[in-house]
Amino acid sequence: MASEISLRVVNLSKRYRIGSRERQHDTLIGAGMALMRRPFENLRSLRSLSQFDSNGHDPIDVIWALKDVAFEVKKGEVVGVIGRNGAGKSTLLRILSRITYPTFGRVEIRGRVSSLLEVGTGFHPELTGRENVYLNGTVLGMTKAEVREKFDEIVDFAGIEKYIDTPVKRYSSGMGVRLAFAVAAHLEPEILLVDEVLAVGDAAFQKKCLGKMEAVAGEGRTVVFISHNMTAVAGLCSRAFLLVDGHLAAQGPTDGIISLYMEQVKSLSQLALVDRRDRRGNGLLRVTGVTLKNGEGQTVDQVRMGDDVVLELSYVSDCSRPLQHVQFSLHFYTMSDQPLFNLMNELVGDDLPTIPPNGTVRCVVPRWPLMPGQYSFNVFCQIGMDTADWILNARLLEVVEGDFFKTGRTVPAGSGDMFVLPHRWEACAP
Amino acid sequence: MKPNRHNLWTIELKVIEARSTFEMVEWRELWQYRDLFASLVWRDVKIRYAQSILGIGWAVVQPVFNMVVFTIIFGNLAKMDSEGVPYAIFSFAALVPWTYFSGALTSASGSLIAASAMITKVYFPRLVVPVAPVLGKLVDFAVATLLLFGMMLWFHIPPTFWVLTLPFLVLLMVLTATGLGIWLAALSVHYRDVNYAMQFAIQALMYAAPVVYPASKIPGPYRLLYGLNPMAGVIEGFRSAFLGTAPMPWDLLIMGTITALMITISGIIYFRHMERIFADVI
Repeated sequence: MASEISLRVVNLSKRYRIGSRERQHDTLIGAGMALMRRPFENLRSLRSLSQFDSNGHDPIDVIWALKDVAFEVKKGEVVGVIGRNGAGKSTLLRILSRITYPTFGRVEIRGRVSSLLEVGTGFHPELTGRENVYLNGTVLGMTKAEVREKFDEIVDFAGIEKYIDTPVKRYSSGMGVRLAFAVAAHLEPEILLVDEVLAVGDAAFQKKCLGKMEAVAGEGRTVVFISHNMTAVAGLCSRAFLLVDGHLAAQGPTDGIISLYMEQVKSLSQLALVDRRDRRGNGLLRVTGVTLKNGEGQTVDQVRMGDDVVLELSYVSDCSRPLQHVQFSLHFYTMSDQPLFNLMNELVGDDLPTIPPNGTVRCVVPRWPLMPGQYSFNVFCQIGMDTADWILNARLLEVVEGDFFKTGRTVPAGSGDMFVLPHRWEACAP
Repeated sequence: MKPNRHNLWTIELKVIEARSTFEMVEWRELWQYRDLFASLVWRDVKIRYAQSILGIGWAVVQPVFNMVVFTIIFGNLAKMDSEGVPYAIFSFAALVPWTYFSGALTSASGSLIAASAMITKVYFPRLVVPVAPVLGKLVDFAVATLLLFGMMLWFHIPPTFWVLTLPFLVLLMVLTATGLGIWLAALSVHYRDVNYAMQFAIQALMYAAPVVYPASKIPGPYRLLYGLNPMAGVIEGFRSAFLGTAPMPWDLLIMGTITALMITISGIIYFRHMERIFADVI
């Protein structure tokens, strides 16, 4: 019984076509002509979203979200799938839950599958809680009789007996989520698929989800857990798979795979930005390097806490004219993928209405507040409404101890804190 | 774990593979999801007039309003021939099936887009999505039919013997709306133009059916061509059954049944073909 395979994935590949590249026009006549041709081009590009040339030669806007992925999961096993954003984790889950189909390869599944990425699907605000439970339950594959059998349990679990005949639009968002989760939690699948998107609720809700997963795993059922939260993966899963750019890079005991993942994150960000091929966007503009400077304008390798930090992005483009309405953003996160903050020129009001087609932009952060340690960041650039360039994990940033408060005392590291804040203390007048 | 009905059929091996171009309809699976289908039909009915004062009364407002406008313009001003009955009931007998058809078609064609949150998050047979509103609209149709009977009492027009063919006429009407609805829903996932074109396409279709004029106005040689529109037979059939203005138009009905079947079968084939990419493209 224990060696029975509940999930077998064989040479699974999935091809996607991302939005096609748009051209910029240099003259009014050119733009006018393009406007007339637009319906024909739109037709071609809309058709191409689902059709591919069969000459075995991939055009630039085709990406392989998964390529030749193969693994097996035994009955009762709890496995984690880890990897960077865009490595193919969500695509894998969507194929396993039959939402989308693979381009090549196959999946063999033994047992009823349900996935916790579908909490609240089919909920309609005009219907009452009771009606939504039935609707949602049948959407998730239960029969009406099964929902009726578990109805009291579901309402009890959600703790909303009093409001069960009230339209869901009058619920607080917490009540809606609790009811939705209660329905999903009573599915009794043989195989449970969990996506990290589930971790959007409040802390109590997340705890409930993790508790439910532990309970499911404890009953000898199979769980596939996809997450960025390394602590949760390490705590729950006995085995893990590492996805890198759609390939299954490694599989084995969770601890080993997690450290391999950390190594991979580090090594990738040491590659020069100009050589990075794992970028997304239409390529209208490409960021070729990020230079780190201190407040005096000297190039540095590390950032000292409390110093002014300058991040200089050099970029190139194929355009001959200045670029308009360009937005840059630098998204920082910890090495375990905890998002920290986003530096966006648009948000702080520093619009860049026109910039030269090739050049450098600079982002200045006064008094660097992050605690010593290693951090990583994504570089994102948008022109108009379209993503021009997007590099995940563009480079590592090492922060060392420094005199943040300008008092001659360094902030003690090792407390586990991530930030310091400027602040004051004083005695109040009696 | 207590064994339940699901375990009996899902413990077997399920294989997920690249979809081929042509897929048969999995009737067994559709049957397993019959409760979902019922829920969706019921949701469609329940939410349509939620939080409105007239509620189900809206089901008759649209055909009655059109009847008044048509009676003034086509009946009184243009003096359109209404085959011996008052123009008001002549047009209303046509507007009952037509209002159903246009409403069902409009909601079916937008149904997949409206259900995109469900489609991208959970698996179920997609075919239930466009068919549910087509059945849901039958409630409105029933209410409007009751009003038609009321008007017949008022105008002292007894139904003919052919009123017994009503189930067949309704079936043909539902089949036509289902077939076209499936086509348009699948097309609109890829090309949103469908939803924008619906507005005037419905209007054009109305003038291509004998709603404001009798089918006898169509010159003889073109009559069979005219019958290619299944709603032509349905609408004339309604007039014949309820008002007895003309004999049962069997020629139109036979042509219409053939086209409706062809539209529905080709629609299902196209839908099943496109289904594999719904979640990727929607």
